[in-house]
Amino acid sequence: MTRDDTHSTPAEGSNGDPRTDGGNPATDGGEPEDDDRPALAAARYPDGSLTYPAHPIGPDGEEPVETVDLSEHTATVVTWTTATATPPGVRQPNHLAIVEFDVDGEPVRAIGQLTTDEVETGDEVRPVYCEELRDPDAGIREPDSQEWDGYRFEPV
Amino acid sequence: MADGEAAGNVDPDVLKGNDQADGRREATMERVAIIGASMSEFGQRDAWIRELLAEAGTACLDDAGVAPDAVDHLYVANMASGEFEGQTGVPNALAHDLAAVPAYTARIDQTSSSGGAGVYAAWQSVASGASEMTLLVGGEKMTHRSTSEATDVIASLTHPVEYKHGVTLPSFAGLTARHYLETFDAPRESLAEVAVKNHRNGVDNPHAQFRKEITREEALDSPIVADPLRLYDFCPITDGSSALLLCPESVAREYADDYALVTGIGGATDTHVVHERADPTTMGGVVNSAETAYEMADADPGDVDVAELHDMFTILEFLQSEDLGFFEKGEGWKAAQEGVTARDGDLPINTSGGLKSKGHPLGATGVAQVYEIYEQVLGEAGPRQVPADTGLACNVGGFGNCVTTTILEAR
Repeated sequence: MTRDDTHSTPAEGSNGDPRTDGGNPATDGGEPEDDDRPALAAARYPDGSLTYPAHPIGPDGEEPVETVDLSEHTATVVTWTTATATPPGVRQPNHLAIVEFDVDGEPVRAIGQLTTDEVETGDEVRPVYCEELRDPDAGIREPDSQEWDGYRFEPV
Repeated sequence: MADGEAAGNVDPDVLKGNDQADGRREATMERVAIIGASMSEFGQRDAWIRELLAEAGTACLDDAGVAPDAVDHLYVANMASGEFEGQTGVPNALAHDLAAVPAYTARIDQTSSSGGAGVYAAWQSVASGASEMTLLVGGEKMTHRSTSEATDVIASLTHPVEYKHGVTLPSFAGLTARHYLETFDAPRESLAEVAVKNHRNGVDNPHAQFRKEITREEALDSPIVADPLRLYDFCPITDGSSALLLCPESVAREYADDYALVTGIGGATDTHVVHERADPTTMGGVVNSAETAYEMADADPGDVDVAELHDMFTILEFLQSEDLGFFEKGEGWKAAQEGVTARDGDLPINTSGGLKSKGHPLGATGVAQVYEIYEQVLGEAGPRQVPADTGLACNVGGFGNCVTTTILEAR
């Protein structure tokens, strides 16, 4: 990890307001500038371990000490699927993957949409920002309760 | 103890040893018996949640010959009657409908493992001496919702970082199945064997949603739902209910010559965020709940004669059969292919037809799994009967997030 990876901002999920965290899909014309994008924020704990998302208490029983932005790293596809029966507000079909980042020797996994189904296990992917991953108003979850922007994974 | 003491019916022997740190479990626990069981028809039903619960509850009391006013505790296992139907407060509604007032009551929600968690709560109420007669009724009403809506209700259990990507339980199954097949070099056909077997078993279950055999080719050619899994790898959306009546063994003898004993039970969790698990092919909640259940029953996997596993997706039967210690990790698929888990195999799994064929009314499922094991160990499973003195049920919530494992033996 380099200093560029670290942020003092709260980890993703702690704010819960996409209007302040990730731009407004209703008014923004395209991808926000790099500086406007939220981090793909993993938490680092005192023992060096990482989790995505962050938790109030980590695997080592301690509170996180810093945030690492995974969007600046590439990852490896652990497994993937294409779901054809998707819930309200979700694209159909929905390509999904579990990927593993290697942050200076420390592994951390994430789940997210893929930009394509042209992918195999073991492929290298990079995070690509998306302002709205699913329609917040279509599903059962209260729209204001969480963020709806994030990162898809694209083969490198 | 309040309810039991108020009724003046607590056995003093149950209480002795409460202050002993070592061996407290053995010293304080009454042996818990199941003296009645019922299961409604699973499938697309006209009945709503209150009617479904009352149907199974009434049938269970009738099965045991116990009057409603004898019920001390009444538990309802249900995930989402509020979200599905706009009906909350179902435990009290059921207590009134069954004339079981003033029984203590509570709703047990642990998502898909609500039924197993209900078995745990019911067992606990009797083992602790708080109740001398506990009725557990599990039920769910789902089929009035579209598949998309029902999938979303269930997917609402996911973490926000999962939910915003449209992650569902079927997509977790697809992700895990691909990883399992690639890691253990297992053929795709082995998953179809689970579907074929469980559909075959369901033909002989009068309560099952699907009572028709399917071929391996039909399973392999069915539409993709979450690649590499296809339609026949998934359980259906189901309405239904099931019930059990539990009491101390000393009380059981008053009502029945034959009954089952809950000789082991364990409950455990795994991570809420599924991708944070070190090994995607291992369900820690299954491993840990089983360890507790085996220890309590003084049993090991080799003692189990028949098992009901949570085959919400075919791949889960492999994972659980390995995590319960029946087979080595990565070997569960071979057992399915070689017929070991068939009804006439060495370890029959899902003689009821499983969730795959019987259906999966969320809150009812864990109760109905124990219903099948109860029937098996008492020798009352009819055409589904296998030689069984000891049976195990493993009920999984979320994608292995919460698990209850229960072991029954005949007495």
